[in-house]
Amino acid sequence: MSFIQDAIAVILVLGGTFFMLVGSIGINRLPDFFTRAHASGKVDTLGILMFLSGLAVFEGFTLTSAKLLLIIAFVAFTSPVAAHALARRALIYGMKPWYGKRKDEG
Amino acid sequence: MQTFFISIALVLCIALLIPFYRVYKGPTVFDRLLGAAAVGAKILTLILLFGLMFDRLDMFIDISLGYAILNFVGVIAMAKYFRSSARSAK
Repeated sequence: MSFIQDAIAVILVLGGTFFMLVGSIGINRLPDFFTRAHASGKVDTLGILMFLSGLAVFEGFTLTSAKLLLIIAFVAFTSPVAAHALARRALIYGMKPWYGKRKDEG
Repeated sequence: MQTFFISIALVLCIALLIPFYRVYKGPTVFDRLLGAAAVGAKILTLILLFGLMFDRLDMFIDISLGYAILNFVGVIAMAKYFRSSARSAK
């Protein structure tokens, strides 16, 4: 039972680390602010959720893992909201979206 | 299991240092803010990983919860600030 629990935790932690690395590369490599907000709002959030649920599975069924589930719910609500607020503010501020023409800004 | 967590922490440090380039060399202010939010989210997971490695997870969870709340409130406050500011986005 403990071996299965450790295996699930290791798989979740590895997947979360992979998605966080991909999100970081996407924040650097994508050509426009809105695409960068897309990478930060979706891929990074999935990576953090997988990582924290992996830590909760590794911890077991205690009060600590209940607090971890609270943090998971908080991050799942607030991280896309923050990225969306920034992108909406940038669009109101007058930043043009990327249409595949400008190559210099990247 | 300890070496696995240490290697995961090293990969997380690499994934934390990549958005610092976007904070340093963002073309606009919003790029810098987005990079700072991404760095804060990765520091949250790194705090929890260190708490698990040192067997003090019950203490580090409260710290990371406060850190997550401050990260979110900071981003929302900056977005509110740029509505009322008269500066250009460039």
